[in-house]
Amino acid sequence: MPKREDIKSVMVIGSGPIVIGQACEFDYSGTQACRVLRAEGLRVILVNSNPATIMTDPEFADATYVEPITPEFVEKVIAKERPDALLATLGGQTALNCAVALDEAGILEKYDVELIGASIEAIQRGENREEFKKIVSELGGESARSVICHTIDDLLAGAEQLGYPVVVRPSFTMGGSGSGMAYDEADLRRIGGNGLALSPTTEVLLEESILGWKEYELEVMRDKADNVVIVCSIENLDPMGVHTGDSITVAPAMTLTDREYQYLRDLSLGIIRAVGVDTGGCNIQFAVNPENGRVIVIEMNPRVSRSSALASKATGFPIAKIAAKVAIGYTLDEIPNDITAREDGGTTPAAFEPALDYVVVKVPRFAFEKFPGADPVLTTHMKSVGEAMAIGRNFTEALQKALRSLESKSAPFDWSHKHEALDKDGLLAAAHVPHDGRLRDVMDAIRAGATPDEVHEATGIDPWFVDQLCLINEIAQEVIAASELTPDILRRAKRHGFSDAQLAKMRDLREDVVRGVRHALGIRPIYKTVDTCAAEFAARTPYHYSSYDEETEVQPRAEGKEAVIILGSGPNRIGQGIEFDYSCVHASLALAEAGYETIMVNCNPETVSTDYDTSDRLYFEPLTLEDVLEIVHAEQQAGPVAGVICQLGGQTPLGLAKGLEEAGVPIVGTSPAAIDLAEERGAFGRVLHEAGLVAPKHGMAISFAEAREIAAEIGYPVLVRPSYVLGGRGMQIVYDDEALADYIAQATEISNDRPVLVDRFIDDAVEIDVDALYDGTELYLGGVMEHIEEAGIHSGDSSCALPPITLGDSEVQRIREATEAIAHGIGVRGLINIQFALGSDVLYVLEANPRASRTVPFVSKATARPLAKAAARVMLGESIKQLRAEGVLAAEGDGGALPPDAPIAVKEAVMPFSRFRTPDGQTVDTVLGPEMKSTGEVMGFDAVFGTAFAKSQAAAYGSLPTSGRVFCSMANRDKRTMIFPIKRLHDLGFEILATQGTAEVLRRNGVPTTLVRKHFEGPGPNGEKTTVQLINDGELDLVINTPHGTTSGGSPRVDGYEIRTAAVVAGIPCITTVQGLAAAVQGIEALTAGDIEVRSLQDWAAQGVTR
Amino acid sequence: ATQSARTQQAAAVTQSAGHRIPAILVLEDGRTFHGVSYGAEGETFGEAVFSTGMSGYQETLTDPSYHRQVVVMTAPHVGNTGMNDEDTESQRIWVSGYVVRDPARVPSNWRSRRSLDDALREQGVVGISGIDTRALTRHLRERGAMRVGISTTATDAADLLARVKESGEMAGANLSDEVSTAETYVVPAVGEKRFTVAALDLGIKANTPRMMSERGIEVHVLPAGATIADLTALNADGLFFSNGPGDPAATAAQVELLKAALAHEIPYFGICFGNQLFGRALGFGTYKLKYGHRGINQPVMDRTTGKVEVTAHNHGFAVDAPLEGSTETPYGSVTVSHVNLNDDCVEGLELRKDGRLKAFSVQYHPEAAAGPHDAAYLFDRFCALMGGQLRGSDDESPGSDVTTQQLPASDGTERGEA
Ligand SMILES: Nc1ncnc2c1ncn2[C@@H]1O[C@H](COP(=O)(O)OP(=O)(O)O)[C@@H](O)[C@H]1O
Ligand SMILES: Nc1ncnc2c1ncn2[C@@H]1O[C@H](COP(=O)(O)OP(=O)(O)O)[C@@H](O)[C@H]1O
Ligand SMILES: [Mg+2]
Ligand SMILES: [Mg+2]
Repeated sequence: MPKREDIKSVMVIGSGPIVIGQACEFDYSGTQACRVLRAEGLRVILVNSNPATIMTDPEFADATYVEPITPEFVEKVIAKERPDALLATLGGQTALNCAVALDEAGILEKYDVELIGASIEAIQRGENREEFKKIVSELGGESARSVICHTIDDLLAGAEQLGYPVVVRPSFTMGGSGSGMAYDEADLRRIGGNGLALSPTTEVLLEESILGWKEYELEVMRDKADNVVIVCSIENLDPMGVHTGDSITVAPAMTLTDREYQYLRDLSLGIIRAVGVDTGGCNIQFAVNPENGRVIVIEMNPRVSRSSALASKATGFPIAKIAAKVAIGYTLDEIPNDITAREDGGTTPAAFEPALDYVVVKVPRFAFEKFPGADPVLTTHMKSVGEAMAIGRNFTEALQKALRSLESKSAPFDWSHKHEALDKDGLLAAAHVPHDGRLRDVMDAIRAGATPDEVHEATGIDPWFVDQLCLINEIAQEVIAASELTPDILRRAKRHGFSDAQLAKMRDLREDVVRGVRHALGIRPIYKTVDTCAAEFAARTPYHYSSYDEETEVQPRAEGKEAVIILGSGPNRIGQGIEFDYSCVHASLALAEAGYETIMVNCNPETVSTDYDTSDRLYFEPLTLEDVLEIVHAEQQAGPVAGVICQLGGQTPLGLAKGLEEAGVPIVGTSPAAIDLAEERGAFGRVLHEAGLVAPKHGMAISFAEAREIAAEIGYPVLVRPSYVLGGRGMQIVYDDEALADYIAQATEISNDRPVLVDRFIDDAVEIDVDALYDGTELYLGGVMEHIEEAGIHSGDSSCALPPITLGDSEVQRIREATEAIAHGIGVRGLINIQFALGSDVLYVLEANPRASRTVPFVSKATARPLAKAAARVMLGESIKQLRAEGVLAAEGDGGALPPDAPIAVKEAVMPFSRFRTPDGQTVDTVLGPEMKSTGEVMGFDAVFGTAFAKSQAAAYGSLPTSGRVFCSMANRDKRTMIFPIKRLHDLGFEILATQGTAEVLRRNGVPTTLVRKHFEGPGPNGEKTTVQLINDGELDLVINTPHGTTSGGSPRVDGYEIRTAAVVAGIPCITTVQGLAAAVQGIEALTAGDIEVRSLQDWAAQGVTR
Repeated sequence: ATQSARTQQAAAVTQSAGHRIPAILVLEDGRTFHGVSYGAEGETFGEAVFSTGMSGYQETLTDPSYHRQVVVMTAPHVGNTGMNDEDTESQRIWVSGYVVRDPARVPSNWRSRRSLDDALREQGVVGISGIDTRALTRHLRERGAMRVGISTTATDAADLLARVKESGEMAGANLSDEVSTAETYVVPAVGEKRFTVAALDLGIKANTPRMMSERGIEVHVLPAGATIADLTALNADGLFFSNGPGDPAATAAQVELLKAALAHEIPYFGICFGNQLFGRALGFGTYKLKYGHRGINQPVMDRTTGKVEVTAHNHGFAVDAPLEGSTETPYGSVTVSHVNLNDDCVEGLELRKDGRLKAFSVQYHPEAAAGPHDAAYLFDRFCALMGGQLRGSDDESPGSDVTTQQLPASDGTERGEA
């Protein structure tokens, strides 16, 4: 059946900001969908509030709306664009829920928009856990016994019936938010109550616990002719009880017989049909009882998901792309498999099930260190912020590659610590509770003599996997025991995934020495191909992975072509995410246009960069020096290599630049020496000095004594942090010696080469972020962003405006000169990102990053200029002048000199606080500081600041209120500045509530204010509620609370903690800075002023006001 | 890699497979792989073929169609779920040799009774592990299936190569008698008996009679040498030819038997080898595929419904029939009912008389085991055929109205033969 002719235009909804449980996999799927739909000649209308996505690049859709994904705004877009169809199955839970809301509001009907992919009924059947269970039992399958609950009383009754522990699972949520394991009534009241609050339908499913069973997932694809295929089977190494997103997962399934596998397959086919996902993909999760093979269906997602991205990368079967094609009417047999090549020159169809001749392992990456007090125990509620995937010819190789892909010192197995120190029982006990790094405990337990049975008993990990871990340990012991590193031992270790670094540690050698020996012996990896068919057919796409096997498949480079190797950014983590992948993908596209053969190296399965058709060649490999050096070697064998790009993938590749250069690898763009000038404090100081610029007074200390001296000299408050970090890891503002002592005490790795940096903290300063291009002679200011929050809140967490809203031309001029001086002083070729603090008219330089920054995509969208593309070409020697002439960059002027009528872009950060709890169930503190905590961002774009800000809030947290009750409680230093904006809120018709101190000030200034009891005061004699109670009971619409005393660094509790956390949990907008308050007031004014318009990027660009 | 490098690699692998002795694999064209012994030690020969199934090695190993073949598993980890008592497709392991990359050291599955390694040893099946199975697979894909030898005793590849060249070819081999049952046996119908079927065992898999009996069929499994007299004596409602090893072109007797049965208009259903023999009985030729279809992920289109089935395959030969139109034969007109979407190879035939289905067969394995169950409906179609319920439009052949062509008098049996 060919493509439907009745559909001419399709609206695609993205997944909005990156949050835990919804990361860039939906940019990957959305981008694929947009590509496919446009190639089919359809008009594509895209809505996504996340500016860091590839899909929101103007060239991927006909009309790109960077607008909030809320029914209100999406309706405006529909009204304007009148699409024939809506495709909502590729934008995660966000898009799915939005589609449901649009349908319920009758908007789809009103504008006659057909929902393609999955119908509303199918979505309901798949997502509503009760209906879903009915379907499963009708198919003769089993679900966990459960009770559907709408109130706390239902919950308690249900638990009686099922018996503790019970699993709480809200309907229509993603990444397990609000779900959890309740062992007693207290747990249940807490988790269940929260679950009810989080479910858009206040519906929670209470379920019998099947902890410890084996967990599997099947990726299913169906077309309108009812052809169904299983794309991939995935087995979780961590048994039931750990969210799939937090589990180590393996593809294909390793411990199922065909009989058991076919039973899961039969169920899957029955389920996708019964649920009625007519066209497209879904994933279905199963639990299998290891004792007797009893199967329980856990859930299905009637949409493309995180695991579909994983499955696509694991098999080479592009699920989102195929899903888009079947959604517009093609059948699987009509869709060619891009990868295979038949002898007769044709291709095989997509109507098949991929066969793997390798093993894929995915490992999660966590960020608990950023949320002091957060409970690190893994449960049914996803907590990881990213993931790495690795491919090997066997499990051990894939697992060890995956672990080193995490770029966390503690992730790979390590045999260096003393054997005697290991306490078997302690380790087994630790491994019994799932947590980040559990596998390390398991390995140590094995070292300490735990038997496979003991390990299986303690962890529930399948005996086959346990044996594989034992095998790894056996080899390690051989390596340690060997009199010397013989070729046999080296080969064997390599075959099972050991890195040179691991071997070096075991043998007390330097990594490069091990590598030297290995190369001398001619022991190098070869590169195999991911081909969907286990080599049954030839493959046309060079999608490679390394293995220590016999035959390599790397093809010689095409005549006259020169390659550029682009290093990606690895697993997402707080501080380094999709924004960096964005820049890498752009570089790849730009350099392909410029005639280079582009080669991408990355290990993050969620990304667009690891899509096999983004670059000419893809190496799905860890980003470590060893792995990259081997790739460079292989590619140099294949043909000329111009060099390696380390500047676009964030700190990960930047950290590799030096080692690569020392190994003789050409680095394009800014040289490693120059990078050092920016990263090494002393050197950078000299650069600034020569340029006549100032940094905040600072010093370096390796002891408390030293630190106190410095503090005394430069004066409190000071900002302390370890050297060489991204995302402000371990940063803290301290106000006195005592706090300083605490910090030094806590700071782990202090040493001569890892000192603590002590900076004068610039109070009440405006922070400015700059992204610029420099080619050695000319500077191009990409954009100047003014932070809304004062300096002291990490640039990644503070919202900002571009163009700057309060800076005058003279300031921008000063910034331009400073930027040029620094770029010149360092010797930048390509991008540089600088943060300034403007305090009492002094322009301080906070830091300079000689690389693409988090804000590059935001700036590119706001100014309609492809900064990363330009950067890539500058790195390879082209001049800004040329790029201006070509029209890649503005003919004259730049992002620092935007016309007065240019639209205003506001970036707002999105925080993951609501997902982290302390072991006793409290939400972790939500106050912002110099340490970055946000997972993603959104962009609000409009002609005036107020509206742009309002949009950014709507996109990030849901709309600002336009009426109702505002509660405020301000730090003393903020009381004066707050008066005016709060008075304004009163004028706008809000009822003002405040705590004692704040109320007095407001009343004195003529603002009628209701006094509210503080949390610790408890309810009043006549049951007057405390602030927290008011919040919990949903009686407040806006909360303004600026932290008193010191900002929270390590210390979990500062005054107002309860208020802020309660607000976050209840989903009430909570403003924690006066600057934020001022912006919010402007936003509310804009909202009350009336109808806010939506407008596509293409439309703005056509108007020519952007640069 | 150099010869010495490879031997070193083999040695390195030796340890990983638990200190086993080295083994070598030599292909007919001289390509050599060094690995370590797996399963029994000794020397073995056969036709090297690769199977891409990621599950179901127990079923594969016990499938008689693999008789005289050395099977290369493309999936690296084999043996993870051990061997159980339920999933064997016949009384023994038939493969003449087994090639895997990373054999399991411990089996893990609640049904597992023994390790695959032990099973291979017990039955004297020589194998090799630790070699680059993907390199070997690509070689077979490019050069085609060929003879191979595996040895743990030979030290010199050249000697082994000489012996490989002496070993038997698959083309021209008649192996039915070697795999068939000696005595007729009966698999009773489950529940109420609806039909009696005579199933000729050319290497039948246990799941085939099982699936028939589940549908109320009493299955009489006959030796390959059964005669038309044996059939008529049974007065069965239907005749079935099973899968099996060997070259259909070298299997004359059964073709004659089938012709006779068709002349009697006995409803016929054939699987795999039974499809090839059906083709020959109808006057088509058969030929050897370059490297065959062996896996459980093959897309086959049922041209009567236009739907795609994901199917289990294991065949090195195929029927040479025109994909379009129908062909007139003494027994009625034949159309190609199923086609493999990967290579347009014939996967099924239908014989009709006056537009009514008389007999049909498929090249793939609706009984699965191992593999997807998508094609199980074909057993129902067989019941419907025997029950004479196939009437009217529901069995209209798609090709019935398109041009028909007459076969040349000397019906091209030799065409495309390798
Ligand atoms: N009844 C149960 N007993 C124990 N663990 C469970 C149960 N149900 C789900 N889980 C665990 O919780 C995780 C999340 O559940 P799931 O239904 O997949 O929610 P989500 O929609 O967040 O993926 C699963 O991956 C599984 O490990
Ligand atoms: N001396 C200072 N005074 C005030 N705020 C500062 C100072 N130094 C850093 N900050 C704040 O800390 C944040 C993180 O510091 P930065 O040097 O940019 O580290 P990172 O490398 O994590 O970006 C900055 O965005 C800024 O808000
Ligand atoms: Mg799930
Ligand atoms: Mg910074």
